[in-house]
Amino acid sequence: MAKYLLIESRDPYEYADTNYFYDLARDLVQRGNDVTLFLLQNGVLVARSGAKPDKVGELRQAAPGVRVLADEFSLRERGIKQDRTTAGVQVADIGALVDMLADDGCKAVWH
Amino acid sequence: MADKTITISLMDGPYDSETTTTALRIAEAALSKGISVNVFAYEGAVSLTLKGQTQHPNPVKGTTAEQQQHPTTAGFIAALFEKAGGDAQLQWVNCGLCVDERGASDWIDGPRRGGPADFYKWSQESTNTLVIGTR
Repeated sequence: MAKYLLIESRDPYEYADTNYFYDLARDLVQRGNDVTLFLLQNGVLVARSGAKPDKVGELRQAAPGVRVLADEFSLRERGIKQDRTTAGVQVADIGALVDMLADDGCKAVWH
Repeated sequence: MADKTITISLMDGPYDSETTTTALRIAEAALSKGISVNVFAYEGAVSLTLKGQTQHPNPVKGTTAEQQQHPTTAGFIAALFEKAGGDAQLQWVNCGLCVDERGASDWIDGPRRGGPADFYKWSQESTNTLVIGTR
């Protein structure tokens, strides 16, 4: 089982290719890998409660093992309060991202 | 985490994208944790370290440059070099060809001239490598 850190900086409203990134996360989990999806910059827009499409909800339904984190700095910049994030999203700081990057064997992909 | 190193490649120029801020935040957090950082600046990113960057006033608000305290990328990166030390080192390479194309060679103290071979070597030696492309 490999460890993947998928970093999504884009939102699905401006970039349709984010759909492929969510598909990648789903497929990696379904093949038994350890996957963290870290949302930052406009990537956190899907973490707002009530956001449509519900990318986080769809992903977690298809691949419950995926861990979804959202950068607290990016949330704050966009006026998304931590208690208004959608179910399944954990708020994290940039230090958490660094810890994962410093984890031996973690494969990081930025989109 | 003295034995850990994160390598980051950047392509965006100053003030083009939020990605630059994020990358610098990652570098700062890593150094704070005692993790060394390598940055390979490519294409427009070679201008991030230009010494001549200056703060500017805000004409909408009528504030001066001093009041505005607008951060420059060169100032941010200079602070990273000041923060680095001990086990957590910062290396910054500006791609030489990209520098020459842009005439962007007057840098703050810290960066050095290099090329893709530096990035390849770092990627082989680092705990992890984060490639951040441009749009």
